[in-house]
Amino acid sequence: MEPILELLQENSIYSTEDMASMLGMDKDEVEDKIARYKEEGILLGGHAIIDYDKLENNHIVALIELKVNPQRGRGFDKIAESIYRYPEVKSLYLMSSSGYDLLVTVEGNSMKEIAYFVARKLAPIEDVVSTSTHFILKKYKSHGLVHRSIPVDERENCN
Amino acid sequence: MFDSNNALSTKARNLKPSGIRKFFDLLSGREGVISLTVGQPDFATPWHIRDAGIDSIADGHTFYTSNRGTPELRSEISRYMDRRFGLSYCPENEILVTVGASEAIDLAIRALIDEEDEVIVPVPSFVCYGPLIEMCGGRVIPVETAPKDGFKLTPEALSDAVSEKTKLIILPYPSNPTGAILDREDLAALREVILKTPAVVLSDEIYAELTYGKKHTSIATLPDMKERTIVINGFSKAFAMTGWRLGFSCAPEALTEAMFKIHQYAIMCAPTVSQYAATEALKNGDDDIEIMKAEYDRRRKYLTKALSEIGLPCQCPEGAFYVFMKLSHCGLSSEEFCERLLEEHNVAIVPGTAFGDCGEGYARLSYAYSLDHLKEAVRRMDRFVKSLNYVAFL
Ligand SMILES: Cc1ncc(COP(=O)(O)O)c(C=O)c1O
Repeated sequence: MEPILELLQENSIYSTEDMASMLGMDKDEVEDKIARYKEEGILLGGHAIIDYDKLENNHIVALIELKVNPQRGRGFDKIAESIYRYPEVKSLYLMSSSGYDLLVTVEGNSMKEIAYFVARKLAPIEDVVSTSTHFILKKYKSHGLVHRSIPVDERENCN
Repeated sequence: MFDSNNALSTKARNLKPSGIRKFFDLLSGREGVISLTVGQPDFATPWHIRDAGIDSIADGHTFYTSNRGTPELRSEISRYMDRRFGLSYCPENEILVTVGASEAIDLAIRALIDEEDEVIVPVPSFVCYGPLIEMCGGRVIPVETAPKDGFKLTPEALSDAVSEKTKLIILPYPSNPTGAILDREDLAALREVILKTPAVVLSDEIYAELTYGKKHTSIATLPDMKERTIVINGFSKAFAMTGWRLGFSCAPEALTEAMFKIHQYAIMCAPTVSQYAATEALKNGDDDIEIMKAEYDRRRKYLTKALSEIGLPCQCPEGAFYVFMKLSHCGLSSEEFCERLLEEHNVAIVPGTAFGDCGEGYARLSYAYSLDHLKEAVRRMDRFVKSLNYVAFL
């Protein structure tokens, strides 16, 4: 992969200056490339990865499996569109599973809130045959990062 | 009354405490220090290597191994040296598995040095060579390397330093602390001088995998050099395995046998669990090296650029994971600079003088740290340099 994309994927908080230093490039060059990746739709955005367990707020994530009837001529795309338009939906994937078709990630402040969202918004969508909701109880690792207590540098000065 | 001082050997009593230790002692107990002092990788050992160590214990491999190291590890080392550096050594009698490169260095010196023998040691360099030579009664002939030569040992300086008593020439490249490397041309020029002497070369190649841009060349690959070279390497830096204490030497049979005898009496064998882990490292770890190296490379580029932007220019190091930074401020000595930086801004870096007197005017910064850590260090150093400049301006 392109080195700039690699860096951003690792840590989207890097400034263009830092990336330029690390890659031995000009800041302008880095900015131009990022602009191009955005234009071409390669770079969609960047998110901070927050360990919500360390904050006091309630943050619940659920994975919801949807079984749907694909529509004639349009396959799953139209149904997908009627699902991803909700801001509560954070990701949506078409899966190769035999048990279900679409996997939806939904975030909310409580299990109840998410359960209502599924019952009132997702389940009634035409062609959604059934739903199955799984709440995430604990995140051990996400986006390649381990959620844990702050690591201490235990290296000794020996040499 | 018993006087433990009288009990000590003259040699042990005369050993100077290491200059680097003195500085580390200032650090202990201080809160909130941003340290750039550590000379070991910040990565933990890759999981597949850790697993191999764990499995070896679970499988009951809890005995001594063959004194030289397990046959399997020695064959892997042989293959590795060929694959990575184009060197061919026989696993049966030319390879010795040791407790870190450190033990291999000690063995080589003990196997070769008698009282009054002279040993060439380029400086500034890693702190262990001089004291180990002194323990054998040998004479350290320090050869200063200069910034104008990129801290490389030059054939001229070497030629001036060798004599008929020169028994051993230490070649510590890629260099801790300067980050200098020697390429084939540099080595070829040194070879001309070396071949005129009866000296053996101890090539400490512990950082061989960590070179940026150029591939490491071992002096043993040059014509007529292998027969008089002891190549020393290990797992600490390349595979992030400092705590496993495992290294090795590759040398012609006669030299290996002498080192082996000492090793056999003093150590018996390197730790078994580490040998199993190291075998896995050599079998399946080449990719790990590349991943860690790419990360060091980014930090290296970031740090040298950031330092030059705050008025502390340094030559971009070509190897290891250190920047040797020039301190050209207000006539502060290296020690003063580092002590004040620690006192006033809580950043720890090692004064160049810890690596030899000619390190005066320099400091070693390790970039085996996360980018965020490096950034905070640079921010604090910037404030310090500005405060110095301000005073100078007044
Ligand atoms: C130049 C040099 N040689 C040898 C060593 C020792 O390494 P090991 O951990 O293999 O004993 C070090 C460690 O810092 C080093 O910097």
